[in-house]
Amino acid sequence: MKLTLKIWRQKNAKAKGIFATYKMEDVSHEMSFLEMLDALNKNLVGEDKDPVAFDHDCREGICGSCGMYINGHPHGPVPAVTTCHLSMRYFSDGDTIWIEPWRAKPFPVIKDLIVDRSAFDKIQIAGGFISVNAGAAPEANSILAEKKKSDKAFDSSICIGCGACVAACKNASAMLFVSAKISQFALLPQGRIEAKERVRAMVEKMDELGFGNCSNTGACEAECPKQIKLTNISRLNREYYKAY
Amino acid sequence: MNKILFSSLSKKFVMALAGLFLLMFLPVHLIINLMLLKSDPVPFNRAAHFMATFPVVKIVEIALIAAILIHISWGIFLQIQNWLARPVGYAGGNKSETSFFSRFMIWTGASVLTFLVLHFFNFYFIKLGLVPGDPENFYSVAHNLFKISAYNYIYLICFVLLGLHLFHAFSSAFQTLGLNHRIWTPVVKVFHRIWTPVVKVFALIYSILIPAGFAYISLTLWLFR
Repeated sequence: MKLTLKIWRQKNAKAKGIFATYKMEDVSHEMSFLEMLDALNKNLVGEDKDPVAFDHDCREGICGSCGMYINGHPHGPVPAVTTCHLSMRYFSDGDTIWIEPWRAKPFPVIKDLIVDRSAFDKIQIAGGFISVNAGAAPEANSILAEKKKSDKAFDSSICIGCGACVAACKNASAMLFVSAKISQFALLPQGRIEAKERVRAMVEKMDELGFGNCSNTGACEAECPKQIKLTNISRLNREYYKAY
Repeated sequence: MNKILFSSLSKKFVMALAGLFLLMFLPVHLIINLMLLKSDPVPFNRAAHFMATFPVVKIVEIALIAAILIHISWGIFLQIQNWLARPVGYAGGNKSETSFFSRFMIWTGASVLTFLVLHFFNFYFIKLGLVPGDPENFYSVAHNLFKISAYNYIYLICFVLLGLHLFHAFSSAFQTLGLNHRIWTPVVKVFHRIWTPVVKVFALIYSILIPAGFAYISLTLWLFR
């Protein structure tokens, strides 16, 4: 199929970016979205032009690197997939595809489609951990965890920190990410010990970094490739109120 | 202490509490306003007098004014923060599925605020003696206003927008206060499987009935009296 790509090009963090238009011929329906971009870059390199910079690593939907905003949706218009898992079969011959980086003040553009997501790392460093000595895995039954709660904790823990929630939210709020990281610990006995300090520190860091406020629009839940639920945000609210 | 009071979560908490307080006031106002439909002005004027003079109501009135001011000022402040968090928008638009009315809360809220200013000039400031008028005869003040077509148009548009504001506000407040949890809210413990739809349905009924009640008074006095 033939495609027209409108891609955000920005030389570096300080440069002013613009949309560049590229025509693609012979794009296979069997390609993944990133493979299509690889093909574009091959063409650009062949023409001695600067290839489009985009973040990617595992290409298995687990590392959270390949975030880009495609036709008005983070990770593209297909629910519950990352960009690397987005297949070109969801596009049609003659389509124009807009490809942009995440837009949020705490996620500044580094180059083209790559943004600096270290704001998420800073939030994690503020409290997204439990203080245990590293070493051999402890005996699994020494601390009992309720099955229902451990299932919920697992559902929260599958957040890959890709930033789609921030990208989708009209307020660029990081609440879904923070709430998932809070929930995965808050639901388990090991996480309860530092629960108060954790939620205070992570929320404080989130605010300090300049993310917007949650207005419960639900866009984050709709776009999350790992289908993290909004109920996590409600839990984050409760955990925060309990911490004071 | 400042960090707690001005954290994003605390601001939302205060917004939600103030909003819920305002939600409780609206049905009371509507019930009193329904007395405007009577041809006898005495019951409405008596109720207005009671609301203006009864000590307990006066205390609630202070809380109400505080809630209005907090809800408006925090709402504007939060919205400015939200705009600043995304200095560059998306060229391809934002097509994410959302709770539809949540996108326009600041604008529906601003419309309600515009009406509120008008309403204060027409009634509340008369009561405070800031604007000339008879505070003991709000019945005729209201009836005279509802004879003006332009006033009715503004009134009806603002109440439709209030309904849209209330629909999202209701369920959003529950989410923000963390009340959709079976330990925190005993009602949720019993109805936990249907809690979310129950809140949504209640929000829908409330956001239709309350504005419809006010609109009914406006239309009746404007078109049929």
